[in-house]
Amino acid sequence: MQTFPVLSLTIFLPLIGVLFILLVRGNDETAARNARYAALWTSIATFIVSIFLWINFDVGTADFQFVEKHQWIPAYQIYYHLGVDGISMLFVLLSTALTPLCVLASWKVIKERVREYMIAFLILETMMVGTFSSLDFLLFYVFFEGSLIPMFIIIGVWGGERRVYSAFKFFLFTLTGSVLLLVALMTIHFQAGTTDIPTLLNFDIPVEMQPWLWIAFFASFAVKMPMWPVHTWLPDAHVEAPTAGSVILAGVLLKMGGYGFLRFSLPMLPIASEQFTPLIYTLSVIAIIYTSLVALAQEDMKKLIAYSSVAHMGFVTIGIFTSTVYGIQGGIFQMLSHGVISAALFLCVGVVYDRMHTREISRYGGLIERMPKYSVVFMVFMLGAVGLPGTGGFIGEFLVLLGAFQVNTWVALLATSGIVLGAAYMLFMYRRVIFGELKRVDLKGIMDLEAREIVIFTPLIILVLWMGLWPQPFLQVMDASVLNLMHNYQNALSAVDVTGLSNR
Amino acid sequence: MLTATIFLPLLGAIIAGLFGNRLGSRVSQLVTVIPLLVSAILSCFLLYHFGWTGETQTVNLFTWINVESLEISWVIYFDTLTAVMVFVVTLVSGMVHVYSIGYMSKDPHIPRFMSYLSLFTFFMLMLVTSNNLLQMFFGWEGVGLCSYLLIGFWFKKNSANAAAIKAFIVNRIGDFGFILGILAVFYFFETLQFAEIFKIAPDIAGKTFLFLGMEVDILTTICLLLFVGAMGKSAQIGLHTWLPDAMEGPTPVSALIHAATMVTAGVFMVVRLSPMFEYAPFALTIITIIGASTAFFAATIGLTQWDIKRVIAYSTCSQLGYMFFAVGVGAYPAAIFHLMTHAFFKALLFLGSGSVIHGMHDEQDMRKMGGLFSKMKITGSLMWIGSLALAGVPLFSGYYSKDIILESAFASHTGAGLLAYWAGIMAAFMTAFYSWRLLFLTFHGSSRVEENVLDKVHESPPIMLIPLLVLGLGAVLSGWFAVDYFVGDKMDQFWGSSILMLDDIIEKAHHIPGWAILLPTVVGVIGIISAWVLYIKSPSIIPRITAMTGPVYKFIYNKWYFDELYELLFVRPCFYLGRGFWRSGDVYVIDTVGPNGIAESVLNLAKRAGKVQSGYLYHYAFAMMIGVLILITWFLFGFFQ
Repeated sequence: MQTFPVLSLTIFLPLIGVLFILLVRGNDETAARNARYAALWTSIATFIVSIFLWINFDVGTADFQFVEKHQWIPAYQIYYHLGVDGISMLFVLLSTALTPLCVLASWKVIKERVREYMIAFLILETMMVGTFSSLDFLLFYVFFEGSLIPMFIIIGVWGGERRVYSAFKFFLFTLTGSVLLLVALMTIHFQAGTTDIPTLLNFDIPVEMQPWLWIAFFASFAVKMPMWPVHTWLPDAHVEAPTAGSVILAGVLLKMGGYGFLRFSLPMLPIASEQFTPLIYTLSVIAIIYTSLVALAQEDMKKLIAYSSVAHMGFVTIGIFTSTVYGIQGGIFQMLSHGVISAALFLCVGVVYDRMHTREISRYGGLIERMPKYSVVFMVFMLGAVGLPGTGGFIGEFLVLLGAFQVNTWVALLATSGIVLGAAYMLFMYRRVIFGELKRVDLKGIMDLEAREIVIFTPLIILVLWMGLWPQPFLQVMDASVLNLMHNYQNALSAVDVTGLSNR
Repeated sequence: MLTATIFLPLLGAIIAGLFGNRLGSRVSQLVTVIPLLVSAILSCFLLYHFGWTGETQTVNLFTWINVESLEISWVIYFDTLTAVMVFVVTLVSGMVHVYSIGYMSKDPHIPRFMSYLSLFTFFMLMLVTSNNLLQMFFGWEGVGLCSYLLIGFWFKKNSANAAAIKAFIVNRIGDFGFILGILAVFYFFETLQFAEIFKIAPDIAGKTFLFLGMEVDILTTICLLLFVGAMGKSAQIGLHTWLPDAMEGPTPVSALIHAATMVTAGVFMVVRLSPMFEYAPFALTIITIIGASTAFFAATIGLTQWDIKRVIAYSTCSQLGYMFFAVGVGAYPAAIFHLMTHAFFKALLFLGSGSVIHGMHDEQDMRKMGGLFSKMKITGSLMWIGSLALAGVPLFSGYYSKDIILESAFASHTGAGLLAYWAGIMAAFMTAFYSWRLLFLTFHGSSRVEENVLDKVHESPPIMLIPLLVLGLGAVLSGWFAVDYFVGDKMDQFWGSSILMLDDIIEKAHHIPGWAILLPTVVGVIGIISAWVLYIKSPSIIPRITAMTGPVYKFIYNKWYFDELYELLFVRPCFYLGRGFWRSGDVYVIDTVGPNGIAESVLNLAKRAGKVQSGYLYHYAFAMMIGVLILITWFLFGFFQ
């Protein structure tokens, strides 16, 4: 057992910041300033703690590490059980890395209810890290659903004009899925008598139950991802959310769906996963082509990026369900790189939104003249989203396609068409915003990136290039766990084949 | 030395790119030009070394991707083929860099321009020094990116922006094939390393697999998929539409990227993979046909264009067609030979036309030129040299390389080969014709220059003329100098193991009938003479010809309507579908049935439920009675059955 509870510290450190902000008194001005600094320092501290996770992570084993286990509800065999493996570790880092950037991005824009805003973000961070490091299904569920609430509030309170509609749409969509997830959770508890994830991973759920449970899982995770056709909440939520809200939403919350598939659907319900693979392929391929085309028609920058997220998540689901090492590693990597790139893209939109208060593409044009630095930054992330080799976006997509080709050439072919369309919508948007002649009078005085914004973007640019040029440190982390997952999955399938034959 | 040759341009690009605005234009020019010239000098030594010894050398930098059996490192791999490419790329790039100092002197964004040029050179070098498909793809996309950035360099011009996007997207369509090809290679070979692929290729030849529900030959499919990538990058018929538009970029860019180096990447790729393509004869036949069609079709368009750069652009397209059908008939060394000579004389032509445009103060329309020779003697003479080389006049470099290609095509004795030969002959005639049409319209005959411009027309400064002289030297000498090594007696020793030819086509090409050898030169000369007749002696014939061939002329002048066709078939439907899916799919169907619909019906239900609570006692009593009745019925019939 671990001597020092690093994971608990990572999860609950943000709450200490919350406590501090709550205690702060004073007039609005000072309270707001203190809240900002408190949030920034706690989130940075949390990030530093999570770096220790990575440094001390043993890449050679597929076991859970930094495990903590305490009694929670002993009568029902429910534990407070934490730990990370190669699949979840990097998501923890992604969450802790993005939160300080979000705080920084909201520094000047949020002027009202600053304390509450910062509190919401810190709680959100707790929920995110908790989701990725829970090793108990119930605990996972609590964190997973808990993350909804701060996000709902962030959109509903600090959002744009139609914020209430969007917040409710977001909430209802995800909640519908969650209810089914809860049912599945209880069913599994009745079956296995425990909600302990490591135990469940080795527990054989009866074959005839698997499809039902799988559908229940799917309902929840597919909405989160989001997969076509339950994706329509995402563009609305993004459009209305404040910049930092979009960043977390695209950067981390969407990944919970993919993580769910990897942690629960695939290893616990291998037979059903195999059965439903064609469904996933179909929906993902539709998502890639359909949403790419829809993105082409968008006039709102945030909507465009939101739709592109759906397309990118289509790659992730394909990758996960190819159930090949390449596909799964590619899927995870794609989630991480998309977490960085889409987050950065939303921040890019935020930069001009803060100045002009509009997201209409047609309201811009010729920004390169006034904002050369911004243009370079935007270009890097745009190319990342397009999946240019050398950026993180390429590695994920390539590995996914590599996996897909081994399993199904049609899927590979159709998914590859996404890279053509992806280039089209991103380049068109970039051209209309950045290039051309600066005609609009109100754009003539627009200012280039300030120091705070450069501080936000620099680490993201480094990350995108690092992930593209030297992805090995990231891939290494996943290696053992993905191999182990694959191994168990194949074993489960072949076991059924054997029994199936003997029955005949 | 290898590492330095490759990374010096990157160093320059980074310094000029990040700190260019602080360092100023002059320093930015120096920090990019000097590393490149050093690279170019080093590459001469490298070519000498690897060409002489025929050995190979690999420098491993560090691991890129390592997942299961996919192991890719960043490497610098050198053999003769690479050395030739590195030599051509760094030399032409170095000259273009120097030339740009003069050409772009009045541009406000010099550091950015120089940085892009150097970055492009770096990516191109990554492409040619790769020993695996993935790093090649990295370079491939990198040069595409720089091409996009440089075409759109004058970002205020809408046409430039449109051309940049078009170039990127059409290339992406090619990449679509390239990526699928890579995936297929990995599926069957379990590796992306060239050396290992080549070892396994003979065993896989002739085997089939199930692709998209069809039973197809493995190697043929892989090679054709990869060739789609090459078609995009090298602007072959169908995917060529971006190249003429790319002329929106500054002229040095056209010379470097869209004539000498990037567009030849497709040819290089096929030659590099010759040990695989050799085992896919059907794919090679297709390549021959596509190359021949491109050579012919692009030349026809070249006859009719008025923009000086577009004529040269279509000429490039056509010459790339020559290289591809050379590859298609298996004459890989001939293709690379032509690639090199073409790089010199085409870069020369582009830079020369840039010098004309510069002297004419940004005029590109040949209808507004004429009689410029007296004002620009050096540029004019150099353009003559470039055209002589392009038309394949004996002793100039193009003569050696084009002839060996046509001879190989003839010697192959296949249907496709002969088709290529005759298409090549016709294209050779047209090439000579449009080259001299360009020369006559620009430099000779009566002047059509506007009055106010005429006085200001001037010869370019030495900084622009010196690179022209160097390239001119290459255009004159490179053929004569290299012919023995590339396609002559010393061929085997020179290429070493870098190219595989199952059939000694080059040897056969030396033994074809005399008339077939002479014909290209003859049609070339006829082409020059007819251009002289039509444009100098009796210019009045031209309008009559155009009038006589009305619809055909219009068809060719409008570039065979490829752009219009694509607009109609792909571009508009995509936007239309996008809007359609969004409005009717997302907003109408999914949202109305989904969240909004449910929300509405819940509201409805609530209202109705509200009505039930009327407050009258007898309503409740009635409801209770019905409830009891149902319960009783259920118990009676439900339990006892």
